Amino acid sequence: MRLSEVGIFVFMIDCILCNNYIFSRFLGCCPFLGVSSKVETSIGMGIAVTFVMGLASLFTWAVYEYVLLPLDLTYLNTIAFIFIIAALVQFVEMFMKKSLPALYSALGIYLPLITTNCAVLGVALLNIQSSYGLLESVLNGVFGALGFMLAIVIMAGVRERLETSDIPLPFKGFSISLVIAGMMSVAFLGFKGLV
Amino acid sequence: MSKNDNNLRGVFINGIFNENPTFRLVLGTCPTLAVTTSAMNGIGMGAAATFVLIGSNVVISLIRSFIPNKVRIPAFIVVICTFVTMVQMLMQAYLPALYDSLGIFIPLIVVNCIILARAEAFAAKNNVIRSAADGLGMGLGFTLSITLIGIIRELFGTGMLFGNQLLGSGYEPMLLLVLAPGGFIVYGLLLGIINAIGERRKKNNKGVTSA
Amino acid sequence: MKLRVSHGPHLFARETTQTLMLDVIIALMPTTLAGIYIFGTRAALVIAISVISSVLFELIWQKLMKKRVTITDLSAVVTGLLLGLNLPCNVPLWMPVIGSAVAILLVKQLFGGIGHNFMNPALFARAVLLASWPLHMTTYNLPQRLFFGSETALSGVDTVASATPLLSIGKLTNTDLLIGNIPGSIGEVCKVAIIIGFIYLMLTKTITWHVPVTFVGTVIIMSYLIGVDGIRAVLTGGVLFGAVFMATDYVTNPMYRLGQCIFGVMCGIIVVVIRKYGGYPEGVTYAILFMNCVSPLIDRYSKKKIYGEVKKSV
Repeated sequence: MRLSEVGIFVFMIDCILCNNYIFSRFLGCCPFLGVSSKVETSIGMGIAVTFVMGLASLFTWAVYEYVLLPLDLTYLNTIAFIFIIAALVQFVEMFMKKSLPALYSALGIYLPLITTNCAVLGVALLNIQSSYGLLESVLNGVFGALGFMLAIVIMAGVRERLETSDIPLPFKGFSISLVIAGMMSVAFLGFKGLV
Repeated sequence: MSKNDNNLRGVFINGIFNENPTFRLVLGTCPTLAVTTSAMNGIGMGAAATFVLIGSNVVISLIRSFIPNKVRIPAFIVVICTFVTMVQMLMQAYLPALYDSLGIFIPLIVVNCIILARAEAFAAKNNVIRSAADGLGMGLGFTLSITLIGIIRELFGTGMLFGNQLLGSGYEPMLLLVLAPGGFIVYGLLLGIINAIGERRKKNNKGVTSA
Repeated sequence: MKLRVSHGPHLFARETTQTLMLDVIIALMPTTLAGIYIFGTRAALVIAISVISSVLFELIWQKLMKKRVTITDLSAVVTGLLLGLNLPCNVPLWMPVIGSAVAILLVKQLFGGIGHNFMNPALFARAVLLASWPLHMTTYNLPQRLFFGSETALSGVDTVASATPLLSIGKLTNTDLLIGNIPGSIGEVCKVAIIIGFIYLMLTKTITWHVPVTFVGTVIIMSYLIGVDGIRAVLTGGVLFGAVFMATDYVTNPMYRLGQCIFGVMCGIIVVVIRKYGGYPEGVTYAILFMNCVSPLIDRYSKKKIYGEVKKSV
């Protein structure tokens, strides 16, 4: 899907609803399952991921386009991207601590977790694979992360409601979370082919 | 010597059963969900991850005494990345069809939590042979688990296994299983069933010892 | 003593559940009978298998898990009935059985039984069947018998079966649509019967107007906005059936009035959007299931502020 052909709104709907990072691309499932027991924390995680995924798309695109491609080192993209993401997360953490302490106290604990969130590396690789331009890459990162946020927040809502439910013991925890995610994924099937 | 052998076997078996990465530790959920639409994909993904696991475990165990503690995680990631890039290139050259169907989940092995977790928890503390055994056990545990999920999804979702028609023309495949929701639901239910079996076995064992 | 803390709706008292469910069954009778009249005995068979297998699955689960058997609360009957009414009459007979298994075992019992399912069981089962065997689920037989025998109306429709009932209704009059002389799922075709059911549910105070009225109203307004006849949009497909019987499920829609209105409006918007732009001809099922997922959040943010509550310091 090219931004120039469909416009920003359709591009956004495609990223958030039709090709949701969790429900149809399976990227970022670990934090989706691990950090979705409370609505507040999942909102925090979602915002932090959006922030990092947008920046990561920007920097990985720039490094690929201006460093790896001219030097003919494209086979190093995985290792380059993972270091960019790790450095970025570190930097964002330090910057927030210094300049935005309120935001840091709210989001700080999620930042280290994001380095191993495969959605971040995934979006960087997908941007290259789809040969996106700069704006497309950044928007793909931000909208993809908003889709992740939508998924993790509604998941947390349902899990909070089911906290007191009499779920059979062996199915508690990851098992029932996966089943819930599967059921939500069925609901998201309706958005297939929307754009 | 025999004691040591037993020990090695224990390390190896541990990854397949007690600490199975997929069903016990619940690590590496993304590839588990994404590539298990067929049994062959499961084997391919499992083999790639096993290769990286053994390689990174061995190398990290070899160089563990030279790495300063402070930079050990970045160092581990460099080692893992190297093996992932190797797998990526080998697959691209020799198994292009499989490489295409696994897509970006091959490079994403880098952020698969199983591998970094084993590097940190095992290879950084054990000798080369034990680390290799651990890598092999964990890798096989992962491969067997995702192949099992792949078999279930392919068999009931398409009526085929490894591309061969198996359930006959009378069977109408349940398409949902090879779509995205099928991955979540099959994995979730299998996880619950395996938990239930584990608990029952524990209870039975307790019954035996107390009697 | 172990106290049970749980969210509303507190549907644990058996007697209440039973009378409630009985009212829903009574409300469903007009559309059930109309469906059987229109589509013949095959429709009755599909509904019967669906109801019986739902009750059996509930019984088997509760026996196996050594729980109190609660099939007399009639909730499994309602689920089975709703599932049957959501299927076309010519589906293979194993499909209602699989649908019942999904609805009762996966959606309801795995989450702890009645009151704990976060999605509507019958509707989720329908979505699973639709995604798994799309051909069976979208091949609709023509009505076998017509009210008032207006045979000419159907001559414009494909002879045996039409893949998408929404697309092939061009020549039918609004009266035909209203009384159910159209192909479709068993329970959704006769709108008059559904409206009778709605009035009964309102009179017995089983449901309130909020969800159905906002849902249907939004579909009408949205359809006109995008240049489609709003009345026809409601009279075709499953909007009315979904709005009255599926979206009003206590457990899976918001608890508060404001939340219910948001729920209805959002359902309506999603239905029109999927119909107009989506890959599926009909979006009622997916719209309600999606809003089921969002309901807990709607509840969370539409809660009435309690007087005297001290605002938490940030």
